[in-house]
Amino acid sequence: MTWLVPLPVTIPLLGAALTLLMAGRPRVQRTISLTALTATLLVSAALLALTTTGGPLVVAVGGWAAPLGIVLVADELAALMLVVSAAVTVCVLIYSIGQGMADGHEETPLSVYHPTYLVLTAGVTNAFLAGDLFNLYVGFEILLVASYVLLTLGGTENRIRAGTTYVVVSLLSSVIFLTAIGLIYAATGTLNMAQLAERLDGLPDSLRLILQGMLLLAFGIKAAVFPLSSWLPDSYPTAPAPVTAVFAGLLTKVGVYAIIRTETLLFPGGRATVVLLILALLTMLVGILGAVAQSDIKRLLSFTLVSHIGYLLFGVGLTSRLGMASAIFYVVHHITVQTTLFLAAGLIEKRGGSTALDRLGGLARLNPVLAIAFLIPALNLAGIPPFSGFIGKLGLIEAGIADGGVLAWLLVIGSVLTSLLTLYAIARVWNLAFWRAPNPSMPAPDAGKCPPLMIIPTLALVALGVALTVVAGPLFAVGDQAAGDLSDRAGYARSVLGDVFRGAS
Amino acid sequence: MTPNLVYVVVIGVLFAAGVSMLLERSLTRILMGMILLGNGVNLLILLGGKAGAPPIVGGAPESEMADPLPQIMILTAIVITLGMTAFLLALAYRSWAMAGHDEVQDDVEDRRIMLLAERDEGSGAEDNS
Repeated sequence: MTWLVPLPVTIPLLGAALTLLMAGRPRVQRTISLTALTATLLVSAALLALTTTGGPLVVAVGGWAAPLGIVLVADELAALMLVVSAAVTVCVLIYSIGQGMADGHEETPLSVYHPTYLVLTAGVTNAFLAGDLFNLYVGFEILLVASYVLLTLGGTENRIRAGTTYVVVSLLSSVIFLTAIGLIYAATGTLNMAQLAERLDGLPDSLRLILQGMLLLAFGIKAAVFPLSSWLPDSYPTAPAPVTAVFAGLLTKVGVYAIIRTETLLFPGGRATVVLLILALLTMLVGILGAVAQSDIKRLLSFTLVSHIGYLLFGVGLTSRLGMASAIFYVVHHITVQTTLFLAAGLIEKRGGSTALDRLGGLARLNPVLAIAFLIPALNLAGIPPFSGFIGKLGLIEAGIADGGVLAWLLVIGSVLTSLLTLYAIARVWNLAFWRAPNPSMPAPDAGKCPPLMIIPTLALVALGVALTVVAGPLFAVGDQAAGDLSDRAGYARSVLGDVFRGAS
Repeated sequence: MTPNLVYVVVIGVLFAAGVSMLLERSLTRILMGMILLGNGVNLLILLGGKAGAPPIVGGAPESEMADPLPQIMILTAIVITLGMTAFLLALAYRSWAMAGHDEVQDDVEDRRIMLLAERDEGSGAEDNS
């Protein structure tokens, strides 16, 4: 069944080509994108089922065997990320179709939206499946270039200003990543991750530390880890709601995924643990304090996004199996919930005419469905039981306590504090935007009507977020198994290179 | 292989010039910096592989062939840099057309919230409702 592995990359790319050809026909474009992404979701689900039962699936692209050619590797972690990201992209696509119809710009100027969105998806899936450092770089570039276009969609002054910051910062991180790749190749003579896992161990310690530091720096910018995070709240909120939602859900998590691979496969042994844990603590606290200060819902959510990246780093930094399993569970939870919240923010903007807190009020009475669509994921984010955010945080805190170090305890305290402050931040949104008397500047009910195509995908993601609690047991088991596989580097190398090459290298 | 001193110096100069251009406010200069930096990285990658005869089977003994992989990577990187250059130029032009300049600006909302904080006022609507 290895022929399934390249499909999550090729289907969206093919879809992108087709939608480009159909540039003048929005209906055909919509059908193609929706079909392509649904197919990607189905393939990803099949890959997850196959990898949990049968171990990693490996494809040598073009039939060139592993160390020479490029490999795509679908192990449990990659398959899990694929499923969640595909589910999120499908929902966001339906939402954006609904919004496009509601705002009346069905044809102009967004004929580039569908192809770019599909290319973005292909970049994300390629990054998850990459078994080769340079292919990972290409995956990053595909998704970044698509994201530049999506962020500056329409080319309004505000978006150009925000987009400039984003593009320059991303370019810098790409240059750092590429430099690291050049140095790694010079030092080891390979970029295949399985082969690197063996050869990097033989390098001098100081050189390894420099290479590891460069990779972490590049991925840290992508993942928005403090102090490399300030670009995110400046650039994300200006984009259209569905674009912000999919960026918030996926792009930073691709960075986190790359950090996980760096820390487990390429440079295990936890030499960066202390740095990672300190950065995790600072990311959590600085992020959430930023969120508390904001007066705009989208900006506030962007800051909570940064803040909760800290939890993921916490799990990765602990280097224990429980910590890693909890981090993987938390990634799944966070992708779903953060995307839902940004979609809900888009609905608020539609109904209330703005996302500025001082121009909103009384939304709970005006649109109860919208209130539910915001409140449930918001409580989920803050980690209120029985939602999945609580389970993920509990896992991380347990892992922290099991670690027992001073820094781990500090992080346990920090994560509880961050959780409380998240609750404060979203309670503030709730009080100001949903309670109070309706603000007179808000549009009339007819003008601010949310189309069903925007509400249904949002509610579907709310339901998915709640369902994560229901399937938390099996999901955590998958996370645990993936964490176990991540620590088994020899197993990874064996499944990618086969026994023959292991002896030769 | 031992690195050639000229290469190393050139790479160093390209990186230094690129980084100092990146620190400018004007997007056009940032773009120049990005191009210099990109070329520096390309040279750095080239340095990582063996130089020699063209790597075509039968053309030369295998031990004398150049390592083709860095060259392929550079080719990919050049294509990506070219695309990005075009995009950044478009961005700079658009910024100039809309705002009359191509400067990278501070975030408006950040400044507003910092001003509010200096005056010791809340950022929400709590105070004026």
